[in-house]
Amino acid sequence: MVGIVSYGAYIPKYRIRPAEIGRVWGINGEAYGKSLNINSKSVPAPDEDTATISTEAAKAAMNRVNIKSSEIGAVYVGSESHPYAVKPTATIVAEALDITPYMTAADLEFACKAGTAAIQISMGLVKSKMYNYCMAIGSDTSQGSPGDPLEYSASAGGAAFIIGDEHVIADINYTCSYTTDTPDFWRREGQKYPRHGGRFTGEPAYFKHIIACSNMVFKHQNTKPEDYNYVVLHQPNGKFPYRAAKMLGFRDEQITVGLLTPYIGNTYSGAVMLGTSAVLDIAKPGDRIFVIGFGSGAGCDGFDITVTEEINSFHKEKAPSVKWLVERSVYIDYSIYAKFRNKIILGDG
Amino acid sequence: MSVSRYWREAKSRYMLQGSKCGRCNRLFFPKRSVCPSCKSLSINNIDNFNLSGNGVIDAFTYVHEGLTGFEMQIPYVIAMIKLEEGISITAQVVDIDDNTKVYIGMPVRMVFRKIGEDGKSGMIYYGYKFSPDMANFG
Repeated sequence: MVGIVSYGAYIPKYRIRPAEIGRVWGINGEAYGKSLNINSKSVPAPDEDTATISTEAAKAAMNRVNIKSSEIGAVYVGSESHPYAVKPTATIVAEALDITPYMTAADLEFACKAGTAAIQISMGLVKSKMYNYCMAIGSDTSQGSPGDPLEYSASAGGAAFIIGDEHVIADINYTCSYTTDTPDFWRREGQKYPRHGGRFTGEPAYFKHIIACSNMVFKHQNTKPEDYNYVVLHQPNGKFPYRAAKMLGFRDEQITVGLLTPYIGNTYSGAVMLGTSAVLDIAKPGDRIFVIGFGSGAGCDGFDITVTEEINSFHKEKAPSVKWLVERSVYIDYSIYAKFRNKIILGDG
Repeated sequence: MSVSRYWREAKSRYMLQGSKCGRCNRLFFPKRSVCPSCKSLSINNIDNFNLSGNGVIDAFTYVHEGLTGFEMQIPYVIAMIKLEEGISITAQVVDIDDNTKVYIGMPVRMVFRKIGEDGKSGMIYYGYKFSPDMANFG
């Protein structure tokens, strides 16, 4: 069966707390962070971007398996913060991993779910026997306008999955999507920061799509929430996933492992793949994982995953665990954050 | 840096690709097309060789007057790094904060980072730097 052959994660080490952001804008950031269930968010260093985060995550995935780089037939990078408007991030990643030139590559964008779209495309290519292995990456250094509510959550991180049908550590039993044209969040061409519909991003966007896609998975697979050991839902903040999981009938303990937003913020395209990586870090054979990625605009990709016996011989130790990456943290103040995020205008001299 | 030069050296910058003399097995970084020991006998007998990226700091300094493009990273560490293959290279060491004690013999591992960019509309240059964190993630 087609599934996940390997995975790797990367999270920048710098963090900023909501209280520090709120201090600058004259609001009670600590209370705001509590209302979002976000204690801190990750911040990329000045020399980190979506290409570097994707490459580090992809290297981690390759280090854990004995697959030659030439066996990877495709690299797809899902992100809404590609460094170039024209010139693929995926070719940079593929070159850095020595996967080029006999392969295909492309960048994908669907707000926060471009990484799960990359997984679905990779599954199709493997299933059709076009390639033995494909690399699907979800990665972002997301943007939040200074002072906007998004600034408290928009963070950086990414994960890479190698999709194949041999030595699979987690079978993907089923995948489906639910997609509509819903203008909850957007960034126009040439604009530095996105805009959003405020509360409109909740009910008609996140919740409607997550619930509908989840029900598609339950119906097709004839499963119930109690059939799953873990659930990973897209996590724009630390509050929405708990509410959605409760609406679907999941218990809090099913969602805790895969919910990283309280510690690192919303890593956008990286979010649900990093959450799934955190689950795979501790999963045992037979564990079943329910995954729903959400992207504004809007759509959801759903996955029913079962961990296989191969996880026992899988070399997790050859790359950093998500827990280690989350705990590796250095807290910075807003002035350093502004410098790192290129918010300070320098002179020409 | 010209676009063509960056493109020509991409494998070396992205993944520490050096070369190896097929006659005496000596390694080179940056790549050489002729081995200085075997001279003409090495011609057409030099292959690409990917270095592991694992090494230790041999010597280091903190840079307080950064080069153009590095203003946002001051102070930063530049080090001579002895790779496990025996080759020494000079590179920036990242993931250093106020609590990090840099020392000679400190294990480091190659990481992929932005090196610079040609203005706001030009090329973005990527390449190798080294991180003590990534050598100690166990």
